[in-house]
Amino acid sequence: MAGTGYKGVEIDDVDHFLKGGGIDSEREKVIGQHIGYRYDVNLLPDYERITPFLKGYLEFMGWDDLNWLEDVHMGYDDGKAAVFDRNINGWVAIPDEYELPSNQQDRDMIARELLIKFQMSPDHPLVVLNKAYRKY
Amino acid sequence: MAGVSTSHEMGLHTEPLKGRDIKTMFKLENEGGYAYSFARDVDFNKRAEMDAEGKEAPEINREIRELMDQGNGTIVIRNPGAKHSIVVGILNRMNIIVEGSLGYFGCGLLDGPNVRISGRVGWSFGENMMAGVVIVEKNAGSTFGAAIRGGDLICRGSVGSRTGIDQKGGTIIVGGDTGAFTGFMMQRGRMIICGNAGKNLGDSMYDGTIYVGGEIRDLGVDAVPEELSDSDKAWLARKLSMYELLPENGVDHFTKIVAGKQLWSYDNLEPSEKKLVL
Repeated sequence: MAGTGYKGVEIDDVDHFLKGGGIDSEREKVIGQHIGYRYDVNLLPDYERITPFLKGYLEFMGWDDLNWLEDVHMGYDDGKAAVFDRNINGWVAIPDEYELPSNQQDRDMIARELLIKFQMSPDHPLVVLNKAYRKY
Repeated sequence: MAGVSTSHEMGLHTEPLKGRDIKTMFKLENEGGYAYSFARDVDFNKRAEMDAEGKEAPEINREIRELMDQGNGTIVIRNPGAKHSIVVGILNRMNIIVEGSLGYFGCGLLDGPNVRISGRVGWSFGENMMAGVVIVEKNAGSTFGAAIRGGDLICRGSVGSRTGIDQKGGTIIVGGDTGAFTGFMMQRGRMIICGNAGKNLGDSMYDGTIYVGGEIRDLGVDAVPEELSDSDKAWLARKLSMYELLPENGVDHFTKIVAGKQLWSYDNLEPSEKKLVL
């Protein structure tokens, strides 16, 4: 993420992982692909940038802040912007036609909004699992 | 195992090395609303009460779900009797008020509800919590918030050892002191200890952040102090104010502990990868 770094690689450009695929560390060079989960997972959200959809979600849930969404950030997988969905243990890619904001905080808010919409969709894989395995 | 030298000979690990994850693309035309499509439709203003006296845990949990099916968004549980494994596996927005104490593994596997416990709780309270807010008014046992992945888990009193062991996200707040090995193998998320922390704080933590307002007995392997930033202070003050735990002298005195990342081994190749690339 812009302004942060890991393993001695300083990340100054918000598009770093889109432009170069993020192949920075020795292991990434050897295996030829970016390791998608190596971001600054500790970046705290900027509540000034919260979207109207997220405000509605927090009100619906009865929460005073982003709660579990504080841990959701926009990551990058195979050179594409993506969000990690813990419910399917996989990356969900942002469609190419989606215009990304120029800063990480706004990107994170969009990632949170998209993830909620995806998880609550009847097409989410968890819905099938729930039908198959729910006990009560 | 006699006669078998590798797992490959047992028929394991024969798949080709390719994609790491399930790959999915957002389809915005199929987007959902604010709740899981299988969640129960409840109204926060519709309130029900239940008496747990003389009931076993499965019966109590079943009754909670029946009350949710009736649209109750606020449920009060009386006489919980420190029973184990109750108020678990709720994947819904809800308000739950427990008037009394819970035993082991209370409030596990929650995804969404807001729970308030007026008494104490036993071991592994809030284990594997995914989302929501859970507040314990008194003390908690060991492994409080084990493997929590999201949400806010608060204990106004003190907690035992191994608080937040294997924490993978979310926020754990302890109003009092915490025992040994707090934050053991922490991987992500945030922890705030307003009082003192026992020995080996943050032992073998891989990531995440621990804030301590009191004394730290000593740090565990690869846990290192880091300077408190302005965003840390703002976040701490906001979060502690939300739960009426903000100290009178503010948050400037908190110590921030993070992973030294010397235990990271992402740059070491797995045996199967070595075979592929070397």
